[in-house]
Amino acid sequence: MGRYVARRMLQIIPVFFGTTFLIFAMVFALPGDPIRALAGDRPQPPSVTAVLRDRYNLDDPLLVQYGKYIWNLVQFDLGQSFRGRDVSNIMAETWPVTVKLALTAFVIEIIIGLMAGVLAGLRRGSFIDNLVLISTTLIVSIPVFVLGFTAQVLLGVEWGIFPVAGLREGYPQSYILPALVLASISLAYLARLTRTSLAENLRSDYVRTAVAKGLPRWRVVGVHTLRNSLIPVVTLLGVDLGSLMGGAIITEGIFNIPGVGRQVFLSVRTQEGFVVVGITTVLVLIYLLANLVVDVMYGMLDPRIRYE
Amino acid sequence: MAIDISDRPLPADRAGSPQLLLEVDNLHVEFRTRDAVVKAVNGLSYSLSSGETLAILGESGSGKSVSAQAVMGILDSPPGFVTNGTIRYRGENMLTMPEDQRRKIRGRRIAMIFQDALSSLNPVFTVGDQIGEMFRVHLGMSKKDSRVKAAELLDRVRIPSAKDRVKDYPHQFSGGMRQRVMIAMALSLDPEIVIADEPTTALDVTVQAQIMKLLSDLQQEMSMGLILITHDLGVVADVADRIEVMYAGRVVEEADVGDIYARPAHPYTEALLKSIPRVDMKGQALSTIPGTPPNLARIPAGCAFHPRCHRAQAICATDEPEFAQVALGRRSRCHFWPEVLDAQR
Amino acid sequence: MSERDVADPGSATPGATSTATAQVGGFGGRQASLTADAWRELRRNPLFIFSGAIIVLMLTIAVFPALFTRGVDPRDKQQFPCLLQNTVARPSADHWFGYDIQGCDYYSRVIYGARPSITIGVVVVALSVIIAVVVGTVSAFYGGLIDTVFSRVTDVFFGIPFILGAIVFLSAIQGVEILGFITLDGGVSTVVIALTVFGWTTLTRLMRSSVLSAKDMDYVQAARALGASNRRLMVRHILPNAITPVIVYGTVSVGLIIAAEAALSFLGVGLRAPAISWGLMISESQLRITTSPHLLLFPGLFLSATVLAFLMLGDAVRDAFDPKLR
Repeated sequence: MGRYVARRMLQIIPVFFGTTFLIFAMVFALPGDPIRALAGDRPQPPSVTAVLRDRYNLDDPLLVQYGKYIWNLVQFDLGQSFRGRDVSNIMAETWPVTVKLALTAFVIEIIIGLMAGVLAGLRRGSFIDNLVLISTTLIVSIPVFVLGFTAQVLLGVEWGIFPVAGLREGYPQSYILPALVLASISLAYLARLTRTSLAENLRSDYVRTAVAKGLPRWRVVGVHTLRNSLIPVVTLLGVDLGSLMGGAIITEGIFNIPGVGRQVFLSVRTQEGFVVVGITTVLVLIYLLANLVVDVMYGMLDPRIRYE
Repeated sequence: MAIDISDRPLPADRAGSPQLLLEVDNLHVEFRTRDAVVKAVNGLSYSLSSGETLAILGESGSGKSVSAQAVMGILDSPPGFVTNGTIRYRGENMLTMPEDQRRKIRGRRIAMIFQDALSSLNPVFTVGDQIGEMFRVHLGMSKKDSRVKAAELLDRVRIPSAKDRVKDYPHQFSGGMRQRVMIAMALSLDPEIVIADEPTTALDVTVQAQIMKLLSDLQQEMSMGLILITHDLGVVADVADRIEVMYAGRVVEEADVGDIYARPAHPYTEALLKSIPRVDMKGQALSTIPGTPPNLARIPAGCAFHPRCHRAQAICATDEPEFAQVALGRRSRCHFWPEVLDAQR
Repeated sequence: MSERDVADPGSATPGATSTATAQVGGFGGRQASLTADAWRELRRNPLFIFSGAIIVLMLTIAVFPALFTRGVDPRDKQQFPCLLQNTVARPSADHWFGYDIQGCDYYSRVIYGARPSITIGVVVVALSVIIAVVVGTVSAFYGGLIDTVFSRVTDVFFGIPFILGAIVFLSAIQGVEILGFITLDGGVSTVVIALTVFGWTTLTRLMRSSVLSAKDMDYVQAARALGASNRRLMVRHILPNAITPVIVYGTVSVGLIIAAEAALSFLGVGLRAPAISWGLMISESQLRITTSPHLLLFPGLFLSATVLAFLMLGDAVRDAFDPKLR
């Protein structure tokens, strides 16, 4: 097992560099002059431009730029935004917000998604099964921003149950509605996967054996079937945590939550390359590690998996 | 008045005189699907005593597995339903028993061994856990004790290094070893009746022989009643005492093993025996039964076997044959059983 | 008999549908092939009929929008001017969906919004499927270094969250000229490129794992033993069987890509004015949503219905191809 983990970590390294370089290249190699954008409409004396460009290595060849960036990164220096703020400060302000949001969404998703999926899977063809099926299909079809919007208007503005935007109410009030919206699509997929997995496993031979052994129904379902059904579900959950971070962009935009998602979006608009790269680097790292954890967990849950 | 039969102590003279354990009478099972009603079992009757090995022989689709599932009470319902008949265990009709009572009998007094051990064992639990579970659930034993018992059982079914292998998972065993695990699990609580549904079909021929010998030895040790469900005549010859030949959901011939092999009394049995390749028939064409087993949603009128029978005559298409008494302990469901019997002289 | 005939007896029956039977014995003329079975199953499925109907409707709207608006073309501001005095007027008998903020007829805008969205969905998925089939099959079939390289490349693209990557990419390529005559200016081609660049990964992975499991199947070994060349193995034997999950997910992807385009347009980085997009319209409705809900309702409805239809279609196709559900 240890060998497997080590091998995977080795695989992660080139991917990490590849992905961060890709982002870096998209931000800095393609057209768009951040220094000019910074200046806006005011003309900028060339000497100032030159100094700024030098400070941010903008005149170096791309690979060199990237190399310097990585070199700084290893020393935990994420650079500065073009407006002079330390990127690490920006991150320190925004990451905790998104983490709270994502974790809340994760918890909501697990509770509701699993419950709905299990109930539907156990009673295939019943009313609740159809209800879950239809509602999850609807949730997945309605785009997140429409959903978020509608939720904001109905539950926030019209009925005043939740705050409309911002973080004024602190945790948890300000976070619940955005977390619900963020969790919605993942929740729907989770419920469907659980449902299918459970229903499939209930039909399998080993369940028949368990019944033939005279085991009580709760044990047949709760111990034997569930254990097998949850394997694909757990792997989905693992990957989902990473994707929740990405999905936060839209949700934070709608609800005006000052997290990483909104920050990265604003930074793209204002061509703040280093902020974008900084945030993305951390995102990529989380995603890769989450994948690794999922793979390892999969091996722990299913004894048939052997690590070559 | 509900008698909780699982708590009744077993008679002390279990190893002594044989007792009637199971009586299946006129069992009918059908499957109601969207397109049709499939009559899987149509009037099956047999009985089983302790120490006896009963073989239920038939092709795929003859209803043999379904009848076993009905006895165990593990029929998929819906779409399967028992529509008629009784199944008596030690005199009590299990079909009218409350489910929790029936569940206590299941696994503990009547156990089942399935065909494909790989898919029939839970892949994520160790073998020791799965066997030990029987002790924990039915007898309330502790985890540690049940683990010890599981190792003993593995030893009993002749798995080498039983104490170590208790911690292994099903996929880590070979086919034959896995089947022994299934047997160990079924026998763990010393059941009175064991139903083995095609226990050797998925195994190599040499392993088949070993498994059958194991079953037979264990049966003698524990004086249990064994119902062996199979389509393989070769497997049956050594081990069984009596045979019920099934076709299209009912028994067409019932006899002691020796009698059936020497002189079958039904054209189907006759054809089955003839189709076994024999060394002294080298160079000749293999004998087969023409046609295919019937669609159980549309069983032919009259005798169900008549479309494939080389002795069929007009009456066979219209009148269903009675289950006639051929001799003591022998019956045949054929209009012309005397002719079949005579042909073997 | 030439070697080619021996290699694939399936070619002996000229009328055989190539995607239908991937069996080594050439039973091509039989009706009971997987595709034929699947089609039969589909036709009976009410889900398929329902979603198929919606998709056909949307496609018709996309291709012939003028039919539905009776000649009114919202892109032609000369002939069909927007009068500010009509701003955010409610739906009426004349103007079924009312007016938008600038006083333009909303109904015709919603109808004309179908084409860019659906075009993007279909083209992106088509391109992604092509990439997926080629890369996935080659990668899985040949294995070794090729597979490692392609897998790492896929991993790299996978590592970037989809929306984020699309946003950065779209902002970065604004105004770039490619092939000398296409200027990427926030039109359909821009979005198509951006979504394809980040959308090919899932389908490729799916194809690869599908080919990996098909590669070990007995029928492939049998064909190889009969002398089939690598290319023949890939194209005539493995591909028809392995492509099924890609078809299923591809169908679903069309809906997902349409939703993604709407999201990007909503954020302002996708299709931009004067292009008409449902996402854009929803974005514009943000400020007036409490007073004029129809601004959100109609494009939202059309968008959701289209996505829903593709999802249901994907479900129906998957059920039809799954032999276990018979």
